[in-house]
Amino acid sequence: MTHLGYLVAGWGISLSALAVYAIRVTARGRRLAARVPAERRRWMTSEDPS
Amino acid sequence: MTIPPTDVAAHTGSSTTRWLGLAVMAGVVTMFLLGFFVAPEDDLMADSVRMIFVHVPSAILTYVAFGVTAVGSLMWLWKRSVWWDIAAHAAAEIGVVFCGLTLVTGSIWGRPTWNTYWEWGDVRLVTTLILFLMMVGYLAVRSMGGDEAAVSTRAAIVGLIAAVNLPIVNRSVEWWADRTLHQQSSITDGKLEDWTLFTMVLGIVVWAMFFLWAMLHRFRVGWLERQLRVGDLDEAIAARRAEAVDAGGDA
Amino acid sequence: MFRDARIVAAKDLQIEWRSRVTFSQVVPFATLVLVLFGFALDANRPVLERATSGLFWITVMFVSTLAVQRSTSIETSDGARRALLLAGIEPAAVYAGKTAAVAVQLLLVQVVLVAGVVVLFGAEIEAWGLLISTCVVATVGIAGAGTLFGALVAGVRARETVLPILLLPVLAPVLIGATRAFDDAFGSVAVDGWSWLGLLAGFGIINLVLGSLSYGVLLEET
Repeated sequence: MTHLGYLVAGWGISLSALAVYAIRVTARGRRLAARVPAERRRWMTSEDPS
Repeated sequence: MTIPPTDVAAHTGSSTTRWLGLAVMAGVVTMFLLGFFVAPEDDLMADSVRMIFVHVPSAILTYVAFGVTAVGSLMWLWKRSVWWDIAAHAAAEIGVVFCGLTLVTGSIWGRPTWNTYWEWGDVRLVTTLILFLMMVGYLAVRSMGGDEAAVSTRAAIVGLIAAVNLPIVNRSVEWWADRTLHQQSSITDGKLEDWTLFTMVLGIVVWAMFFLWAMLHRFRVGWLERQLRVGDLDEAIAARRAEAVDAGGDA
Repeated sequence: MFRDARIVAAKDLQIEWRSRVTFSQVVPFATLVLVLFGFALDANRPVLERATSGLFWITVMFVSTLAVQRSTSIETSDGARRALLLAGIEPAAVYAGKTAAVAVQLLLVQVVLVAGVVVLFGAEIEAWGLLISTCVVATVGIAGAGTLFGALVAGVRARETVLPILLLPVLAPVLIGATRAFDDAFGSVAVDGWSWLGLLAGFGIINLVLGSLSYGVLLEET
């Protein structure tokens, strides 16, 4: 296939960037959720806490 | 006020995200197979046209994401909607990822196509670069710290300024590019083969599902961060401890 | 409202005049940037002439971040922002006044810069009207956007580094337009400078409106 190097680079960077972001956001989610009581872990339609 | 579920596990996943995640992965595999083995090569660009399957979806989702940020910014300023504020931030972060990918894939595609990594004459590429810088600024404002509402307001204004100025940037780059010696058309020029078109649309769908997946997670992350900052957690934890003591006392 | 704006502008300019920062620091800085460009481009006359418009406006961009920083810091020290609100001055008037003050300072610097490029880069001005109009219109846009962003980052740590990254991408159209208009004014490139002036004017108007609308929110909430 012509330009294979570019294709590998382009597709490779795209998929790995999305994968890395996915891992980071889920890891961040775990860390944060561990610190918050279970009943507060999801969106609550209460008034603005600030 | 809705009663929140009390059995939420210590992560930001849910059955929705699990299904979406699986769909994305299946979609990526399908994209790859179709993109590399079914879609034909281009008359002019040969195989480098296969970059279209990652470049165009990234570009489209960039604008979708930043559109959400713009709407969210408006809703915060207008209605003080916390939900939209969190959504705006989440969308901006994901949008920056997509925007970066758009630029990188565009640059990589440009090399075999125009023999250069950067084409100043491509209006969309240049405008997207400015947009990228603006949204990096948005994220910087978000991370500056300070009073919760003040941060949200500052970020919202930055988001709206970016949204309003983007057409001006686009127009000025258009006029500027028109007068360069070479009028470079953008990478894709219209007609696409059937399978190429189908795979590209599939790519857009897959990227969109990823966007939804990421938004769900990132929104929940944003909510959790907010809880830790301002959510009166100490009270909630103390109240729960008191309950446990009572229950222990009764038993 | 205009009276209040004039008062605010006069106050800012008086503070500037008394401290003479514009003259003693900003103007030398601007001139220094031109000199550095000369060194960087190896005093290559044709290259310098071709690049004059761009170098001029890049210098203005850098100077504008300084001018905006100073303009904002006038209020953030001593809690003067609250005082302005309490004094009952309309936020839009404060915005207009501060924008005008920044614009005046930038225009003064540009006078020196024009002299600088004529002397140092050998620029020849063919269309004075276009040159001056471009300076005025572009500067209004720069000052308008700058003052808004200045208020936005006021009172936040690390604001000196955040302000340029917020302001400069938004100013990209001004850089493009003003440089092309100057190219026409210097006769170095065959472009129609006056049409770019329209874009600059549009930019200015839109950002002035944005600024007037947002300034009140920023003063109150941040």
